[in-house]
Amino acid sequence: MSDYNFAYLDEQTKRMIRRSILKGLAVPGYQVPFASREMPMPYGWGTGGVQVSAATLTPDDTLKVIDQGADDTTNAVSIRKFFEKTAGVDTTEETAEASVIQTRHRIPEAELTEDQILVYQVPIPEPLRFLEPRETETRKMHALEEYGLMHVKLYEDISQHGAIATAYAYPVKVEGRYVMDPSPIPKFDNPKMEMAAIQLFGAGREQRIYALPPYTQVVSLDFEDYPFEASKADHPCDLCGAEDSYLDEVILDDAGSRMFVCSDTDYCRSRCEAGHSGRLGEEAA
Amino acid sequence: MTPLLQVKNIKKFYGSRIGCTDVTFDLYPGEVMGIVGESGSGKSTLLNSLAGHLAPDCGEVVFDTRADGPVDTVTMSEAERRMLSRTDWAFVHQHARDGLRMSVSAGGNIGERLMAVGDRHYGSIRERAADWLGRVEISENRIDDRPSAFSGGMQQRLQIARNLVTGPRLVFMDEPTGGLDVSVQARLLDLLRGLVREMGLSAIIVTHDLAVVRLLADRLMVMKDGRVVETGLTDQVLDDPQHSYTQLLVSSVLQV
Repeated sequence: MSDYNFAYLDEQTKRMIRRSILKGLAVPGYQVPFASREMPMPYGWGTGGVQVSAATLTPDDTLKVIDQGADDTTNAVSIRKFFEKTAGVDTTEETAEASVIQTRHRIPEAELTEDQILVYQVPIPEPLRFLEPRETETRKMHALEEYGLMHVKLYEDISQHGAIATAYAYPVKVEGRYVMDPSPIPKFDNPKMEMAAIQLFGAGREQRIYALPPYTQVVSLDFEDYPFEASKADHPCDLCGAEDSYLDEVILDDAGSRMFVCSDTDYCRSRCEAGHSGRLGEEAA
Repeated sequence: MTPLLQVKNIKKFYGSRIGCTDVTFDLYPGEVMGIVGESGSGKSTLLNSLAGHLAPDCGEVVFDTRADGPVDTVTMSEAERRMLSRTDWAFVHQHARDGLRMSVSAGGNIGERLMAVGDRHYGSIRERAADWLGRVEISENRIDDRPSAFSGGMQQRLQIARNLVTGPRLVFMDEPTGGLDVSVQARLLDLLRGLVREMGLSAIIVTHDLAVVRLLADRLMVMKDGRVVETGLTDQVLDDPQHSYTQLLVSSVLQV
């Protein structure tokens, strides 16, 4: 193997992180402070997620890493290589094969199961931060359950744009108690958060871990007359024809032509292999 | 009649220096109490201690709550006190910037208290925000503008609207007309007087401007060096001051 301890971090650090994870699971949606370590990558590249993954992995695990749904983008490739090198665990691109999935800003399309763990990378864990810059004050607001401010943000959205324009990092209320930032996943993914898998959130720079146990109630905040809507591009995937998946828009040339493709590359590939095809499916294949 | 607020022997020290000490008074529903005194006389310390922004060293501030009758707000839990300050209490700061969210539109500023107490209907929040803008004489088409685009007088009126939207019973005001020019002051006072009478509000107004208390306050309390030196009906205190400091204060006002 290598000169690294298993999964890069030393055992003491992993125990410290596991304690925070367990506390987070015991108090769903509560941001648990932890002593985030320097990782061999810049902040913003997933240092929080990597530490949580490192504390979660065992030698028998199979790891999948996605970045905006894709397995083959820089962030996903480098983190996958990092754990191949430091932990020597098996890696996969297939959602169903993986036991630990680290994700940046997406939830896989395929439904997750009870024996899987989903690890999110979180840039700013505090949903109230942009309206209330004081940490002492936001902590107090969480403690006393004063969440009126969160609706002020949604109010501003409607008054400026005529609809709730927040499309990602859409605030949710967990088990009727804590308001939580689901990390910058599109709001299309919000309803999926009531899932069978364990969800762990790691924010490295902000030194916070929070978690959702399986089947936790997660409600997206909204107004009675402007209910929450899980929106996506109104289009089927141009490669696999899927109508139920979240889509990326890709500009093809400077003459205005564009295509919509599944952001979850594994989902798209498996559908193409199963014989489904979209508008541009055959050309691409 | 039960007093709305009973203040008993409030003391606040900053180390060994006196902030305010031995302050005792009752405030009845619908009554407006003025607190005057020079800078550093402890009037803002007193107001902040009463409103729960500062923890007094000793004493009681008993408020007649809607649900449970008279309760000491100094010893109640922080959650209850903060709930009170969002519903039955209001605080108007001297500088509107301290009391407003400058990055949120006027409508959002007024709606914040409504949303904080559980209103979740955008249409009705907006309707009430528009209604309150009208009541403080701000044109309804400014509802989506941020307070930073408002003049000082408008910001102060917006702050008042934001505070009164939940129909509080007690309003704390810290120099509400400070820093405004005289004509704007006059309009603001007129507005405040109208609102106080119309809604039957009780208020505690801290100011160093005797004209403000003459217009608004029923009773007056004069403070010096952290102590109350004279109390009485406003006209009585201003027209026939007994304490030497009050005499000085009254005679210091320039006659134009």
